[in-house]
Amino acid sequence: MKLDSKTPEGPLSEKWTNHKGHNLKLVNPANRRKYHVIVVGSGLAGASAAASLGEQGYQVSCFCYQDSPRRAHSIAAQGGINAAKNYQNDGDSVFRLFYDTIKGGDYRAREANVYRLAEVSNNIIDQMVAQGVPFAREYGGMLDNRSFGGAQVSRTFYARGQTGQQLLLGAYQQLSKQIGLGQVKMYNRHEMLDLVLVDGHAKGIITRNMVNGKIDRWAADCVVLCTGGYGNVFFLSTNAQGCNVTAAYRAYKRGAGFANPCYTQIHPTCIPVHGDQQSKLTLMSESLRNDGRIWVPKSKDAAEKVRTGQLDPNAIPEEERDYYLERKYPSFGNLAPRDISSRSAKEACDDGRGIAPGSGLGVFLDFRDAINRLGENVIAERYGNLFDMYNRITAANPYKTPMMIYPAVHYTMGGLWVDYNLESNIPGLFVGGEANFSDHGANRLGASALMQGLADGYFVLPYTVGDYLGRCGIHSAGTIKSDASGFAEAEQEVTDRIQRLMSIKGKESPRSFHQRLGHIMWDHCGMARDKAGLEKAIELIPQLREEFWANVKVVGGEAELNQELERAGRVADFLEFGELMCRDALMRDESCGGHFRTEHQSEEGEAVRDDDKFAFVGVWEYQGDNKAPALHKEELVYEEVKFTTRSYK
Amino acid sequence: MDLHLRVWRQKNSDEPGKFANYELKGVSEDSSFLEMLDILNEQLIEQGDEPVAFDHDCREGICGMCSLVINGMAHGPERATTVCQLHMRHYSDGDTITIEPWRAKPFPVVKDLIVDRTAFDHIIQAGGFITARTGSAQDANQQLISKPIADKAMDAAACIGCGACVAACPNGAAMLFTSAKCSQLNLLPQGQPEKDRRTLAMVKAMDAEGFGNCTNYGECQAVCPKEITLDFIAKMNRDYAGARIRHFFGKAI
Repeated sequence: MKLDSKTPEGPLSEKWTNHKGHNLKLVNPANRRKYHVIVVGSGLAGASAAASLGEQGYQVSCFCYQDSPRRAHSIAAQGGINAAKNYQNDGDSVFRLFYDTIKGGDYRAREANVYRLAEVSNNIIDQMVAQGVPFAREYGGMLDNRSFGGAQVSRTFYARGQTGQQLLLGAYQQLSKQIGLGQVKMYNRHEMLDLVLVDGHAKGIITRNMVNGKIDRWAADCVVLCTGGYGNVFFLSTNAQGCNVTAAYRAYKRGAGFANPCYTQIHPTCIPVHGDQQSKLTLMSESLRNDGRIWVPKSKDAAEKVRTGQLDPNAIPEEERDYYLERKYPSFGNLAPRDISSRSAKEACDDGRGIAPGSGLGVFLDFRDAINRLGENVIAERYGNLFDMYNRITAANPYKTPMMIYPAVHYTMGGLWVDYNLESNIPGLFVGGEANFSDHGANRLGASALMQGLADGYFVLPYTVGDYLGRCGIHSAGTIKSDASGFAEAEQEVTDRIQRLMSIKGKESPRSFHQRLGHIMWDHCGMARDKAGLEKAIELIPQLREEFWANVKVVGGEAELNQELERAGRVADFLEFGELMCRDALMRDESCGGHFRTEHQSEEGEAVRDDDKFAFVGVWEYQGDNKAPALHKEELVYEEVKFTTRSYK
Repeated sequence: MDLHLRVWRQKNSDEPGKFANYELKGVSEDSSFLEMLDILNEQLIEQGDEPVAFDHDCREGICGMCSLVINGMAHGPERATTVCQLHMRHYSDGDTITIEPWRAKPFPVVKDLIVDRTAFDHIIQAGGFITARTGSAQDANQQLISKPIADKAMDAAACIGCGACVAACPNGAAMLFTSAKCSQLNLLPQGQPEKDRRTLAMVKAMDAEGFGNCTNYGECQAVCPKEITLDFIAKMNRDYAGARIRHFFGKAI
């Protein structure tokens, strides 16, 4: 596997301008209609890429598994989107956003990509405002900003607690315009089940029509995957129920490198787990940490009394409370980055001072002081909808008693390996948004996921996809048809797999297997990992996989809408992918960002990186079923930043 | 808690459906309504029966995919709540709960409780956007928008496109949905150049999809999980009247 990052020469601040201005090929506007591009996924990256490519004149086919592209999971992001506008005059700059992102990612992201992300962040805000996204405004009519974890400036733009929704709807509307014009063909309720290579290039996909079960072949001049993250491998996560790894994993099995799969972000502010009937964890926006103070009782005894309902948390006096983030990280306080905040919550609970009834896995997020300082109406204005949501789920009133929160699996920084052009090692296969690995390193700062999705879709892929098509040449445009070699074989594999799943007729439901896998992943590859646990998981997962293929029960037919079949296929891929994650986590014998190996921590419990040995992207190459994958390394070279120990003290 | 469920079962859009009765035991009151259905489905699978197909995704009340009529109410009894955010603590042990799909002609049943809502997409595709080419936007603060206008636009923009408004309307009207999107864009200065064109096109698309007319029942507002108000319908009617008049005189923008 050849891993050429294709990072352009020249100073960091000029790389992208020079690259798109000089290096990337162009396609004549009259020729663009002859090329056909497949975009899989309709979230921020997919919708904006499909809309922009359609607008440029390419024929685009866009696929999503939901009933409408408007429901892609980007819609659920609450807090905001970063940009280095410095509208607040608080010293922000492109360099600072770049630097914060590199540092936040614990020096495990590619410098040039991150700089480009920071650079185009400002265009994103302009673009979205022009499209009619109703961002929060000040009375003077200017855009309002707030601060988010991991930053000391207010660079986050937001639309109440529904920023992801508004940005996605903005991109969806641009996509809808192109659909209305016939420039983009939209295929709802279609799931990509395989990637098709023709002469080593990505030239098509195989899908299942989720309404009637029809398996279809789709040929194109190139394929763009914007299929999101794989946090659902843990079963319980903040991801939507449909989020899955299948499209990316199928590409991996066709030869695409999978980079840093073990990098999982655990979000610090979720509503704690209750009982065993739960299907989903609900995130509370990180923006709450602007005014909420996080604490647990100082004494285990008091924590025990809170857990059992004998003690009202409001009755615990100030000196008996441990505001541990403010204590440990005085300069960032409650706005410490997500990995650090999450780990601190776990430490407090491991220490026996957690306060959630039953499990003890919870800490307080308290608005008492903010309400006293600002008044309940100001807090309601800022976070009212989040408070209502909390109240609805827990039946508790956060204006009166402190919220309970606990970390949960949220975002996955790993993904398919891509070069600077967001092209994978398979020519013609582009990957955008959460599905690629490139911009967040080992930890993602708040309000940066939306930024990356839109940066990729609006401002990178429309240039680099054109470059690939230009390199292929106009003589090749539209020449690949769905009868080309590779299509029949891929379709057969997809059909065989479905039939195999249907024919097992075992005793256990796909959901139950998923749940069991989730427990293994959380216990051994969750917020803290160690060698023994990971080795154990690598032993357990193949056993569970074997059991799955012998005993899974998929009811219903294949030629109809069958949600169990959909789930079974995704769980089957998670059962292989989970092992890959554990292998990656075992290989990475250091702690960094969301990957915390308990063997590597300082006396104060902080992550200890090993830059001499691990300043690389770990890229896995598929070697065949039941064979260990091969590891390749892309060394990370830093020109502008120096490795330093992350400190938020 | 133990429950008696009456659930609408329908194999596909061509075949007639009917209610099926199920008994469900041991549901936690902290479960969401959809988690309760998950439990039912696990029980059905165990018996070798087909689980109940229903639409859902984010389970955080924002994607707009969930869509159940519960005891005659779209999204159930709680105000401003999607089904995925409705919790079983609002029910009592021994309750009988009737669960149906959205019922409206433009939303054909796909299977069981799943309906096809692409009619909403067609309305947006007809004009629910602001034309802004990628990469050519001016600096975002070059255009000032007063806070009340931005807030009002956001109130409208909060629509999740779930279709509860249509399901609740005796006429099967899509006015609340269409007016929310139309008003959001028509309120903003960026939306002015295409205002008339947008309003006329979206209303036309809405009619073409077979949605009924608004006769001010107000049921849509009552069930809307995002508390979109009838004001936006009034606003769209005004925008529409203005656009029609300007169109008549050849002055529509």
